[in-house]
Amino acid sequence: MCLAVPARIIEMKGDDAVADAIGNRIEAKTTLVPQVKLGDIVLIHAGFAIAIIDEDEAKKTWQLLADLDNFNKTDKRVSG
Amino acid sequence: MVQICPQKKAKSMTAGDKILLAHGGGGRLTDELIHSVILPAFENQTLSKLTDSAEIRLGKENICFTTDSYVVKPLFFSGGDIGKLAICGTINDLAVAGAKPVVLSLSLIIEEGLETSILKKILASAAQAAKEENVSIVCGDTKVVEAGSADKIFINTSGIGLKLPVADVGFEKIAAGDKIIVSGTIGDHGMTIMSQREGMKFESEMKSDCGSVAQICAKAIEALGSEIKFMRDPTRGGLAATLNEIAAQTDLGIEIQESQIPINPTTQAAADMLGFDILDIANEGKVVIIVSAQKADKCLEICKSCKNGKNAAIIGQVIKSDEPLVELITTIKGRRIVQMPYGRELPRIC
Amino acid sequence: MLERINRAYTQIARAQKALGRRINIMEVCGTHTVSVFRAGLRDAFPEGMKLLSGPGCPVCITDQGYIDTVLSMADRDDCLIATYGDMIRVPGRNGSLEQRTNRGNIKIVLSAEDALKLAKQNPDKKIVFVAVGFETTAPATAVIANEAIQQDIKNLFIFSNHKLVIPAMKALLCEKNNKIDAFMCPGHVSVIIGSDAYKPIVEQFKKPCVVAGFEPMQIIEAIAAICKQLADNTPDVDSVYPAAVTPGGNKTAQKIIEETFDAVSGCWRGLNNIDKSTLKLKEKFSQLDAEKQLGVKFVHEEDLTGCQCGQVLCGLIDPPDCSLFAKSCTPDTPVGPCMVSSEGACAAWYKYARRKRRSQ
Repeated sequence: MCLAVPARIIEMKGDDAVADAIGNRIEAKTTLVPQVKLGDIVLIHAGFAIAIIDEDEAKKTWQLLADLDNFNKTDKRVSG
Repeated sequence: MVQICPQKKAKSMTAGDKILLAHGGGGRLTDELIHSVILPAFENQTLSKLTDSAEIRLGKENICFTTDSYVVKPLFFSGGDIGKLAICGTINDLAVAGAKPVVLSLSLIIEEGLETSILKKILASAAQAAKEENVSIVCGDTKVVEAGSADKIFINTSGIGLKLPVADVGFEKIAAGDKIIVSGTIGDHGMTIMSQREGMKFESEMKSDCGSVAQICAKAIEALGSEIKFMRDPTRGGLAATLNEIAAQTDLGIEIQESQIPINPTTQAAADMLGFDILDIANEGKVVIIVSAQKADKCLEICKSCKNGKNAAIIGQVIKSDEPLVELITTIKGRRIVQMPYGRELPRIC
Repeated sequence: MLERINRAYTQIARAQKALGRRINIMEVCGTHTVSVFRAGLRDAFPEGMKLLSGPGCPVCITDQGYIDTVLSMADRDDCLIATYGDMIRVPGRNGSLEQRTNRGNIKIVLSAEDALKLAKQNPDKKIVFVAVGFETTAPATAVIANEAIQQDIKNLFIFSNHKLVIPAMKALLCEKNNKIDAFMCPGHVSVIIGSDAYKPIVEQFKKPCVVAGFEPMQIIEAIAAICKQLADNTPDVDSVYPAAVTPGGNKTAQKIIEETFDAVSGCWRGLNNIDKSTLKLKEKFSQLDAEKQLGVKFVHEEDLTGCQCGQVLCGLIDPPDCSLFAKSCTPDTPVGPCMVSSEGACAAWYKYARRKRRSQ
């Protein structure tokens, strides 16, 4: 029930941060992730960073998406 | 224990009681307004075709005539401005009808208090766009209204073009098996505008695609003639609206491949941020071409050879169907329907 | 990638064999409902497995009385409504916020902080923040409530109807006609509450609870994991979203929710009252509480309509089974909230599923 986007923290000043999501700069508060550092990837929801993303785990998801790309080059179908 | 609790019937005002913003959005409500209020007021065959440009025979010439109004906010955005938009948008409506744009009119409704320097900038941009496209602005009108009665400036442009002799486009030409090409990445204009609107502002590398598709349309028609069955520029309502219009008018089905639709990743990320479906988002420099299957690859080549068609792609095909639906084959090869958008995109959080 | 899908199919078949009937997995979260449709997954699985949509759509379960109260404040000249876009089209007894936007006092905000900024920029107006959403969204409201107190902002009023997911999941399982075999748990709520939060449900009801993100592959993985648990009869908490979800969740967010809100009994549209399921501002934040300060009170109303949103929200029927679906109830003329919400099961079904449209 909640849209949240991953973005990388590129600026920080107190609780106020700017994050980059593939070329979009989003302002976000880091109040809920006080341990966040410059360069971390966070999940942003309603203007707040709600989690720091584990990059190793994230890489596995990106791998899944890359697999998807290969899948699309075949004509195997999921649905009938 | 959970009980199912019956609800009071919500009296929702129908869209018919008042004009809503969504009525101007190019989606379902615009459709409803046109069919239930506007067309009945005029009742003529040409208008009822609801083509991008009307085709009229004057003596021995087939000319195309179109009009469009521009109310974009903000006036200046990354990739363009209201002046350039007003020229290219109307040129595009002529081009997709298979006409060579020749002349435009330019009407301005200016809000009292607008800085003259801004007006000059807009007009310079319009002049530049017209020059690049070889069209002349030959007549116009200027009105000034009281502060508060218009949002800085509204522009209307009407255009006349000469139908290319080999052009033979129309809904009735579309057949099952025809391929669907889109001339480049979708959603860039609408998302750029949204990112620069008050209340939603965020900096972005996105740029509007505001531009002319006249070169693409003319080259495609001149090379392929009647193999080009239909063209439309997917403005308000996005690709979804255009494809649904085609399905509805032809009573055929449309099948598109999600993985083939050209999308700029920055634009997609912005759409994800706001909860928008990129298929519903406006474009201002794109054309959707329906072309015979045998000439699809050639048509694609032509698009890619043009300045504004580098990212063109074949995204799907027209199919026989018992329902005039637009169906999307997803990245994991599932299927879902692409519906006619409502007409007003609202950002969502939850 | 095909192996992943085949794995899911294998597990579904095993689970179906073990239970001797069709498996019903409830995807609690509205965003999952939409993701499943958008990926074209709904029809992709064999008949042996069915995805039920649950009540995880904050707009869908928002009480009629709440919406009517928001509209009554929007009709006041001294109020400025700050709301997430999700609420704009929800119909009350007398129109919606969308139909009032020409009044100029309704602002769509993307962040709770924007509501605070509006309060500072408009000192002569009462800014009413329409605070809906689940545990993912509640911490943001809590932060601005605390900031408003610290910064002595006198004209921000929070109208809270935040809901909690676990009480609703339990309530659904207590319903004797429920068909739920397992839950696909909401990815972003779980970021806040942690995957361990589902342990009581597993312990009490022995139903698998697997947290999933929103990519199609994660949903497929979650289904495979759930079906394996059902087949092996090893109900447990699991997560296929380890990049963002930890067992303990976001402790900072949990703490600020606990310090700012009380969890009270509240009505969920279609589900009646659920104990300790709704967040209201604590006493020390009463100066920010819209209900206390603006002379408004929303009262739960009951009346008969024919709307079956309640049964849809519990996963008892599919939207097309409702007699109003796609006839008198459409996204443009919604009768119930499941149709008007962009994440409502009825809206998703209407928008993405194949159905006979010619007769409409």
